Amino acid sequence: MDEITPAAPVTLIYDEMYTSEGAARHHYQNIARQLFSLPLDALAQKQREAEMLFRRLGITFAVYGEAAGAERLIPFDIVPRVFGSKEWARLEQGLKQRVTALNAFLHDIYHEQNIIKAGVIPAHQILDNKLYCKEMQGVDLPNQIYAHIAGIDLVRVTENDFYVLEDNLRTPSGVSYMLENRRTMMRLFPDLFAGHSVAPVEHYPQMLYDTLRESASPYISDPVIVVMTPGAYNSAYFEHAFLASQMGVELVEGKDLFVHDDKVYMHTTEGPQQVHVIYRRVDDDFLDPTVFNPNSALGVPGLMKAYRAGNVTLANAVGTGVADDKSTYLYVPAMIEFYLGEKPILSNVPTWRLELKDDLSYVLAHLPELVVKEVQGSGGYGMLVGPTSTPKEIADYRDRILADPSNFIAQPTLALSTCPTLVEAGIAPRHVDLRPFVLSGKEIRLAPGGLTRVALAEGSLIVNSSQGGGTKDTWVLED
Amino acid sequence: MLSRTADHLFWMARYIERAENTARVLDITHKTSLLPDDSEGAETHLWYAPLNIAGCAEGYLAKHELVEAEAVNRYIALDPDNPSSIYSCLMSARENARSVRGAINAEMWESINASWLEINRMIPTLGKDCPTCFFEWVKERSHLFRGVTLGTMLKDDALNFIRLGTFLERADNTARILDVKYHILLPSVHDVGGAADYYQWGALLKSVSAFDAYRKVYRDVITPQKVAELLILRADMPRSLHACLNEVETTLEIINGFSGREARRRAGELHAALHFGRIEDITQQGLHEYLTEFLEKVDLLGQEIHTSYLARREEFAPSPMQKMLMQVQ
Repeated sequence: MDEITPAAPVTLIYDEMYTSEGAARHHYQNIARQLFSLPLDALAQKQREAEMLFRRLGITFAVYGEAAGAERLIPFDIVPRVFGSKEWARLEQGLKQRVTALNAFLHDIYHEQNIIKAGVIPAHQILDNKLYCKEMQGVDLPNQIYAHIAGIDLVRVTENDFYVLEDNLRTPSGVSYMLENRRTMMRLFPDLFAGHSVAPVEHYPQMLYDTLRESASPYISDPVIVVMTPGAYNSAYFEHAFLASQMGVELVEGKDLFVHDDKVYMHTTEGPQQVHVIYRRVDDDFLDPTVFNPNSALGVPGLMKAYRAGNVTLANAVGTGVADDKSTYLYVPAMIEFYLGEKPILSNVPTWRLELKDDLSYVLAHLPELVVKEVQGSGGYGMLVGPTSTPKEIADYRDRILADPSNFIAQPTLALSTCPTLVEAGIAPRHVDLRPFVLSGKEIRLAPGGLTRVALAEGSLIVNSSQGGGTKDTWVLED
Repeated sequence: MLSRTADHLFWMARYIERAENTARVLDITHKTSLLPDDSEGAETHLWYAPLNIAGCAEGYLAKHELVEAEAVNRYIALDPDNPSSIYSCLMSARENARSVRGAINAEMWESINASWLEINRMIPTLGKDCPTCFFEWVKERSHLFRGVTLGTMLKDDALNFIRLGTFLERADNTARILDVKYHILLPSVHDVGGAADYYQWGALLKSVSAFDAYRKVYRDVITPQKVAELLILRADMPRSLHACLNEVETTLEIINGFSGREARRRAGELHAALHFGRIEDITQQGLHEYLTEFLEKVDLLGQEIHTSYLARREEFAPSPMQKMLMQVQ
């Protein structure tokens, strides 16, 4: 792999709003004028109002490791992150391309495995992967879609360079914040919207419903759709309930479902009712105690059998994890070329695989400059951010790597773009990323925008809500 | 609808209604305590009643030695250790609502969540200056929630189970409030028909917002028999047992599905007894005895509703209609 230049000096970091000369970019000019003409304490007051709204609406999440039932707000920042229509169009194209290839890949590896036969991806990468689900081999899915809902994490490094950080293909969350952030902004700053034509995102639940409906077995004319949650103490419970109610479908827990004759039913006040599509926000491991984790009380015994018999659709499909694992990530550009015969529109972050000897020795020699992640980790847990770690943390992490190098990948510390953000000291640049949500049914749908996450601590690159990150409304301007 | 959802909605409504009625009981006790009474142990006697009615005397005595106004008020209004305190009721109502966020609308959730947030803010200073203000607040929050529910909710089974919970709980609570009279009032025989007696029955009527209605219906001095008749048998009195059972019975009739025969039978039986009941028979049996029996029957009806609709039946037992529909598919 080529040498990667280390993080750009601070002054060269791309800011979403301001050019390096300090002028507001074209699509930000109205905001600079309208929003930033307000005195700081008025902005702070709006911020508090936003928090009160979120608290009142109960838009909270539970944090693992804290007392059961402890609810926290995700900090909301009132300065929106804005995309011009052209830059969004390119992103949208790139996202659709990527998700199309990922779905094609999942279908392939659970059927003929042509990509392995062609030598594009080594067999062991797939077949020995803990997330490869042998129960899915040969199972045919409606529309051949596996990742019905994908949350692709993107960062921007320069005006035209976007990198995909992660493809979240299992149970990506955050879309409810995209919707609530917009609702809150419209309530607090109606004038701001009057001066812009911001593409709406409110129809996302309808798009999701259409996607799920299209994903039912073609033999069912009027499918019954449900959202399945692990329960009220799950960190994303608010979102599960929100989506179910926005789509007008039942929010079920595992204990509300049962399987009879390879069909799935829910207990209702009128007796059992058959369920055809489950938008499940429960991980594979907990879906069916007779096949996966036998101790799971969250799942439904017999669900996998009903699924394999084609009597119920699970969104996302079982076994998608093999495609969003951080070591399979390396091959996504190759998948795009293999299945679509196209050049990838969005880039991968250059990545070292620590199972390779050369990569390992390079990474060990450059730990303080790099970000190291566990191959199957998520949520910002268990990673090393070299530039902001102490020598002791780096030394400890080195020991972990040496114990099992193949469990890790490393990436350069990217100079994530910043966006002006209201913090205690005033308005200051903070690093942001973006998670757009890509829906795949008979067609691919995308709400314009996504969830922008912002690292609130100065200089921090970690935007995960479980690690104290906040969120912003994300605008796509129409011409 | 989902059995678990119906269960949460049913209990959400019951807890809200219970909070309201508990506030009503404390309010009447508070107002009665303002009457001059210098007999021995009057305070203990008076404040034991709400503990008794709410069925939490044992829990209270485990924490407190003396039965006295402030401690009882705190225990029944705010103590999180007391599962039937107003505080616990609002918490349970919110927990139930949270579990079925998808089945209620945003305005209902905001109303219930705001009550919960507010009571938490109020705790430190609560009831110190004006106990009645707190009781008024609880009643208002309950009225507000009921108003939001009726004003915004689709008239489907979700609403039906909410109404079922509300009216079953209210029937239970009105019976208990009426029983206050047996538990606290009239320490001595010569008070019967006296000023104190008049005041106490009046307070009881006010506690269920029935004072004006009494005047309108009877245009007469307040007599125990007429109060009992108003609150038990009058179908046009919104919080009477008869009115509650009217609602329970009609709601059970319109809930979709084929289960619930036994629940409907029990509700019908209870309703018929109120519909054709005579106050003379009730007083002859003894008001307290009548009410005790009524409470048992309401409890059994609640259990039957649970078995018919809310319990998750593991066995696969499609109804004849469903079997037919499945074959068609």
